[in-house]
Amino acid sequence: MEKLRYERPIIKKLNTGFVNKFGTQTKNEVVSHLEGASVKELIHQYGSPLFVISEKQIRRNFQHASRVFKTRYPKVQFAWSYKTNYLNAVCRVFHQEGSWAEVVSGFEYEKALGNGVPGNKIIFNGPDKTEEQLILAAQNNSLIHIDHFDELYMLIKVSEEFSLKPRVAIRVNMDTGIYPKWDRFGFNYENGQAWSAVTKIIHSGLLSLVGLHCHIGTFMLETAAYGIAATKLSELAHKIKANFGLAVQYLDLGGGFPSTNTLKGSYLPGTDTVPTIDQFADTISEAILGAGFDQEELPLLILETGRALVDDAGFLLGTVLANKRLSDGRSSTILDIGVNSLFTAFWYDHKVTPAQEGGQYTEETVLYGPLCMNIDIIRENISLPLLKRGDHVVVHKVGAYNMTQWMQFITLRPNILLLDQNSHPHVIRQAETLNYLQSGELVPEHLAKSSLS
Amino acid sequence: MKFKKNIATSDTGFVFNPGSGDSFSSNQIGTDIIACFKEDKSRQEIIELISDKYDVERNQLEKDLEDFLTQLREHNLLEE
Ligand SMILES: Cc1ncc(COP(=O)(O)O)c(C=O)c1O
Repeated sequence: MEKLRYERPIIKKLNTGFVNKFGTQTKNEVVSHLEGASVKELIHQYGSPLFVISEKQIRRNFQHASRVFKTRYPKVQFAWSYKTNYLNAVCRVFHQEGSWAEVVSGFEYEKALGNGVPGNKIIFNGPDKTEEQLILAAQNNSLIHIDHFDELYMLIKVSEEFSLKPRVAIRVNMDTGIYPKWDRFGFNYENGQAWSAVTKIIHSGLLSLVGLHCHIGTFMLETAAYGIAATKLSELAHKIKANFGLAVQYLDLGGGFPSTNTLKGSYLPGTDTVPTIDQFADTISEAILGAGFDQEELPLLILETGRALVDDAGFLLGTVLANKRLSDGRSSTILDIGVNSLFTAFWYDHKVTPAQEGGQYTEETVLYGPLCMNIDIIRENISLPLLKRGDHVVVHKVGAYNMTQWMQFITLRPNILLLDQNSHPHVIRQAETLNYLQSGELVPEHLAKSSLS
Repeated sequence: MKFKKNIATSDTGFVFNPGSGDSFSSNQIGTDIIACFKEDKSRQEIIELISDKYDVERNQLEKDLEDFLTQLREHNLLEE
């Protein structure tokens, strides 16, 4: 006689009042394949955990967002936010689609150049640009977004010394009705700081003011805030035109559109609560089109959208290491995926699905990572079928900020795979090795000889 | 380790404790194990019976049986 498929024995209490014979049955979603590629096979070949990025999904996201904005506003340019995911392969997909680069550090700037982005299509943001970096950016005709007065004075100084005329914008912070206010970046609009920065730039005669920039927050759920931001930047542009006869060429509204992830603590899943990109586009384009620009002087709209374009193109595959019952009776499952690689587990209740068919029974469980520390929790509470050691899981929507903010801690960082448009796998970042990890380490001579035997 | 005498079980996995009024649901294998308990089978006998019926390694089953007992204890379904 053939034996029955095994699953762990469980017993669950039913809520009185809702007792029926299917009391604990819920439909379990199983994700065994990603674009036709078997999760089991991928892990077998490339190891576990494993990041997988879908090129198709990135392009789909980009083309959708681009269409949504371009059907509402005549001049739109996206600039890929490098910090969101700066794997060269990922950046190059965005650049192939027509994205410029938006960078916030010297090495990101060099990465953009290395990815073939012409200097004049790189936006250099952030509060930390060195003198050398400013000179290089100016020589490359990049768009330098000035963050503070110290930077402004430094840029004026080097422009004079090296006879440069950099193209600049200022980053503006403002009250958009969002709390907490992001007022630590850029020049404040309401208190006149932004205006005095503009005045200083124009009076210097050394810098060419071409744009105005803001980035009002991230994972923004209020479309109205973008309407306010676009209106305030437009007002500032009008004031510049009226006082100095200068028409700024672009308004850069930054990033901040949410992905469909579920923020920790929110009651409803992100897919139900997050405004669509169409709603943001409506608000922004209405605000700028309604701001009274002359037709010929309508500014280019730049967007530095990050997570909304890449989050759902990333998956993290992993494996169950063990099951454990906690002292309070709750069940817990230990995965080989820790917060060191899944940094966004601190922000999101990520969707996690099993990669193989399980029984109809589910269990509330805590998902832990493999690290020896208490904060290593992937999900505090999730209902999953009964997983056993060796089973695989898929964590969804991990494309943004994980492959840049991950930490090398206790375990080495895993392979990253790109599934191309024909679903062919390409390793785009190799799993780290001990050699890689130690390649920068030096042992002083007096410690070179091992003293224990 | 003894299942409480007064507890009602059905072969579809429904478990009712008239003492507390609580009801529970168990999966098929859990139901099979409870049935063994009610027949006062020993732990060893249970492992034999279940591993004959299901495709599972003994080590795994022993570990999971231990966990199932913890669950039953949590739910006050065992005699102390
Ligand atoms: C200046 C700037 N632009 C764009 C982004 C991308 O933001 P998001 O991923 O929220 O779209 C960020 C992220 O922090 C940023 O600081």
